[in-house]
Amino acid sequence: MEGRSIDPNSGTIVLDDKLLVSQTPHLRSNESVSRIMLDVIIALTPAMIGSIYFFKFNALKLLLVSIISAVAFEAGIQKLFKKDIKVRDLSAVVTGILIAFNLPANAPWWIAVFGAGFAIIIVKEFFGGIGHNFMNPALGARAALVASWPGIMTNYINPDGISSATPLTVLKTGGGSLPSIQRMLIGDIGGVLGETSAILLLIGAVYLIVRKVIDWKIPVIYIASTCVMLAIFGVDANSILYHVLGGGLILGAFFMATDYATTPVTPIGRIIFAVGCGLLTALIRVKGSMPEGVSYSILIMNVFAPLIERWTQPKVFGEVK
Amino acid sequence: MRLDNLTFKGGIHIPDHKELTKDKAIERANDPKMVFIPLHQNVGAPCESLVKVGDQVKVGQKIGDSKAFVSAPVHSSVSGVVKSITTMYIPTGKKSECIVIESDGQNELFESVKPKGDLDSLTSEEIFDIIREAGIVGLGGAAFPCHAKIVKSDEKKVDEVILNGAECEPYLTCDHRLMLEGSEKIIYGLKVLMKYTESKNGFIGIENNKMDAINAFSKVIPEGSNIKLANLKTKFPQGDSYRMVYAITGKTVPQGGRCKDVGVVVNNVATAYAIAEAILEGKPLYERVVTVTGSGIKEPKNLLVKVGTTIGDLIEQCGGFNGKPGKIIAGGPMTGTAQFTLDTPVTKCTSGIIVLTDEESKPQPISECIRCGKCLEVCSVGLQPLFISAYSLKNNFDEAEKYNATACIECGACSYVCPAKRPLTESIKHAKHEIKSRRKKS
Repeated sequence: MEGRSIDPNSGTIVLDDKLLVSQTPHLRSNESVSRIMLDVIIALTPAMIGSIYFFKFNALKLLLVSIISAVAFEAGIQKLFKKDIKVRDLSAVVTGILIAFNLPANAPWWIAVFGAGFAIIIVKEFFGGIGHNFMNPALGARAALVASWPGIMTNYINPDGISSATPLTVLKTGGGSLPSIQRMLIGDIGGVLGETSAILLLIGAVYLIVRKVIDWKIPVIYIASTCVMLAIFGVDANSILYHVLGGGLILGAFFMATDYATTPVTPIGRIIFAVGCGLLTALIRVKGSMPEGVSYSILIMNVFAPLIERWTQPKVFGEVK
Repeated sequence: MRLDNLTFKGGIHIPDHKELTKDKAIERANDPKMVFIPLHQNVGAPCESLVKVGDQVKVGQKIGDSKAFVSAPVHSSVSGVVKSITTMYIPTGKKSECIVIESDGQNELFESVKPKGDLDSLTSEEIFDIIREAGIVGLGGAAFPCHAKIVKSDEKKVDEVILNGAECEPYLTCDHRLMLEGSEKIIYGLKVLMKYTESKNGFIGIENNKMDAINAFSKVIPEGSNIKLANLKTKFPQGDSYRMVYAITGKTVPQGGRCKDVGVVVNNVATAYAIAEAILEGKPLYERVVTVTGSGIKEPKNLLVKVGTTIGDLIEQCGGFNGKPGKIIAGGPMTGTAQFTLDTPVTKCTSGIIVLTDEESKPQPISECIRCGKCLEVCSVGLQPLFISAYSLKNNFDEAEKYNATACIECGACSYVCPAKRPLTESIKHAKHEIKSRRKKS
């Protein structure tokens, strides 16, 4: 029999090999970091396919350039810093996809390379790598790109190739015509790659919630508090619908405000974080000079996350005060 | 009356693997030729030997005792001759003096092993003495001396006695089988505890993956009895005594306190069974049911084992190893101790011997914490394991203490769910140890 033999002197079994001795618990779940990241990639796939369908080769090119350069930058910087190369955890792939999703379809390829480099090297690795960055890498990159090349980053085209204003710009400035709600849902509108199709993003979001990768409370509370705040500012109901479906709110709420590293880890803290994002988004969109406010709202709340965490420590069972 | 679907906050669902042994009736293990009886089989003080090399001993004879209050005597599980007294490793991973007895195969009972009389006629002092002299300790795994747990005090009155039949650890079925096969004795043991503590209500808490055990009890508990069955949701760590008290009574045991602080005494069902045997048959605690199981075992079984039998003997009786063994655990897989030899003896608190195959026990690579927050969600104490662990790993035990490290019950749920496979429980245990030893120094 394998693994045991009989001691001829005593007649009892003896072990052929050493036993493993370790601390408790001796069982572990099948979850892993790469599995979680793979789930996020799976969830983003419908929207990726959608963006390629609408924007054809432009979208495919930006996605590939962005993903490949994010992974390459991560491997390169980890090698340079003499750290373990951890690209197998797939987190750089997720960052790559999200950066591409934040670019207009006609953006040049080097914008994606710059974005990926900024996100991975400066935002992520300089602060200690996965789990240690204080702001969302993809959104950090977007903010850097918008500040550096505002022309490129706000020059949107419709899927038919004609340059156009986004629905939120139309709402803000009044020029041009609004697309129908159906077109907003399907994604046949102008904007960055990832903000176009609400339905495809929501399919992925439902998958993440079912897989328990994200908690439904954050995105739902985020979107709800945006709506409430917009209503308080006197925005009419029909326009609120455009606000929900446009401007990357769904992308931001489900895929960025739920980022583990940059949001509070406490359950109540996460709710406060979501409410804060909602209030800021509405504030920027209505009172600010920009038509869009999701990315800055999340970035601002990212900075507050450690503080919120500190305020919202969970109650310890049987705590003696 | 039945209380349904009770539970607590947090916790996890683990594949339980109980199907390996849950339908297998308890068998008596082969009589060991040689037993190694540890003198330290409780959380309190170790015993001193009452016998010397060459002495003849009988089954149930007291062979070790201590003057300390929090301690429990040990008894011989065989009749025979004391061969030696030697220091050995015991399943907890610690060393203990062990009395080595060669069995004469006669299993002759010691004179004191005889029925102690009718429960109604026993005084509470007599009950207390019987329980102490029988060496009864908490059989759920903690091995807290039973008499020290239930002892009467004027300031702490007991309202409720709860028997813990949750058996929330995966793989283990020893309590499950005992509840099916010994339900009447368990009820008797509960009545003894209720009489001694003068409590009004008795409960038996059982997870609802053991409906057959719940039904077995409902047949023997009469209508209108002050003993009630509590059907608990199947969730780890339901069997932790604080979770049990909270689920059944709604009371919160204060941090660092005992269940008695809120007027509750919790004992394992197997402990109640042992108490019943101590009174009905005068039998001290020298044998117990052990679940020998896991995919690394050929024929998993529930065995009635004499204390002092080696783990190797039991594995041999269960057909030996199935494939290459990777890890052998004494106790449950979430809180039990990994063994490095087959020569450790079974003690009063060895509920199971679990053999995991080489494949199952391979350590998984540890990666950085991604702050997913799953450890917070599952912590039934409301701790933030990721922060305590991070401080502990940096040797910053003051901060770990601020995050309530000492309230950790070491159930292992955080480590179980961690996708980064971080050593959460391990490092928190380390922090607790450091904090406690610093407190002692100052």
